[in-house]
Amino acid sequence: MANVPEDLHYSKDHEWVRVDGDEAIIGITDYAQNSLGDVVYVELPKAADEFSASESFGSVESVKAVSEIFTPVSGVVSRINESLADEPEKVNSDPYGEGWMVRLRMSNAGEVDSLLTAAEYEDFTKAESE
Amino acid sequence: MVDFGGWDMPVQYPAGTIEEHLRTRTHAGLFDVSHMGEIDVRGSDAIPFVNRLTSNDVTKLVDGQAQYSALTTTSGTVIDDLLVHRLSGDHLLLVVNAGTTDKDWEWIKSHHNGESVELRNASAEYCQLALQGPDAETILQPLTELPLSEIKYYHFHHGTVDGVSGIVSRTGYTGEDGFEVYAPADRAEQLWNKMLDAGNMGAPTGVLPCGLAARNTLRLEAGMALYGHEIDENTTLLEANLGWICKLDKGDFVGREALAQQKAAGIKRRLVGFEVTERGIARDDQDVLVNDEKVGKVTSGSPAPFLKKNIGMAYVPVEHASVGQEIKIDVRGKLVGAQIVKTPFYKRNK
Repeated sequence: MANVPEDLHYSKDHEWVRVDGDEAIIGITDYAQNSLGDVVYVELPKAADEFSASESFGSVESVKAVSEIFTPVSGVVSRINESLADEPEKVNSDPYGEGWMVRLRMSNAGEVDSLLTAAEYEDFTKAESE
Repeated sequence: MVDFGGWDMPVQYPAGTIEEHLRTRTHAGLFDVSHMGEIDVRGSDAIPFVNRLTSNDVTKLVDGQAQYSALTTTSGTVIDDLLVHRLSGDHLLLVVNAGTTDKDWEWIKSHHNGESVELRNASAEYCQLALQGPDAETILQPLTELPLSEIKYYHFHHGTVDGVSGIVSRTGYTGEDGFEVYAPADRAEQLWNKMLDAGNMGAPTGVLPCGLAARNTLRLEAGMALYGHEIDENTTLLEANLGWICKLDKGDFVGREALAQQKAAGIKRRLVGFEVTERGIARDDQDVLVNDEKVGKVTSGSPAPFLKKNIGMAYVPVEHASVGQEIKIDVRGKLVGAQIVKTPFYKRNK
């Protein structure tokens, strides 16, 4: 069973958002990393890049496939997880911790409310894998 | 699970593609390749019949020997690549790709022209398990009375594995030593479990069950063609570097004339291997550029787990096909540098 922490917000594209003041920390979910398999490459945006909600901000590649990653909320990149360049496997081993991808300064914090709760996301993945 | 030529196939087992790939290189991996098709050709004309449809020279085989070959169109392009096993002077077993089995079967039947042969699509009768890696012989030996060390590369013996009668062939698609076991389909589960047990599955150096993704990365590192990627009905054997299975002097076969003409005239494009030299992973079907000009396409591109590089194969015009040639790959709109290198990318120490 995939791990779905209670305190995070989720998108239907399998990203998670952790709200930290006016910033959002974004990564991909345990369910997503497990479906992708061994992550070998993560392409991230640059600091100061600006994105609207649902826009693609990078990609994550496993041996077999490439998946785009979409930001669930709008904002400006304040930091990226540079360690993923050399250790992309952190996305597999610790998707909600060391495998985080991007920190955004949110331009519309209200967008978080339209994301899925942990319980809703869990139901969503169950329905998707059926 | 994914649909693969009508078969539900696992892409990877719980260990994951990288671990499966590495374990096969260092110890052993077990692949259920029962999806492969088997076509049985029996009769006094079996050898001349198959020799007329395939590009390699079937008459060179001895009993118990296998040969890599291709079914070719009249233009010298590829209907399928296959293994031809000589069971006896009047009995051959063709092992073909899953996705092309029906097409091959129709093609072969339609070319039957009075020869004394009996053809049977025996695909559903066989399971095929491939035990690959340096430990394959040690793992398989206790399960069979066959003297495995005496089976040479691309040779096979009839015998039993765990009491199940079948064929044990020293062949594979990984670039490693190993065996492919053909047995009755209803014994697949028994043999699968037995080989995993015998190979100490679960131990850090034990055998791992491997899925399609590892099968693909292993064959790519070993520089082997995959039907539908490097070879198909639009690529000739010569373009695909498979001149070594084109025996143009063996007598007539389907496609011989076209291949002989192409050989005389010279090919215009060639399959090459490349290594990505910048950050990025090349993938199937991406464009290849030289001096900003689109010159070809990637046929297979992937990370290479053992070599720890990003590699691929592509068709490029012969004038750009030399080892050392710098190329660019269009990776979703970003041009990533790569260099043509010698293939196979990986060669095991013998």
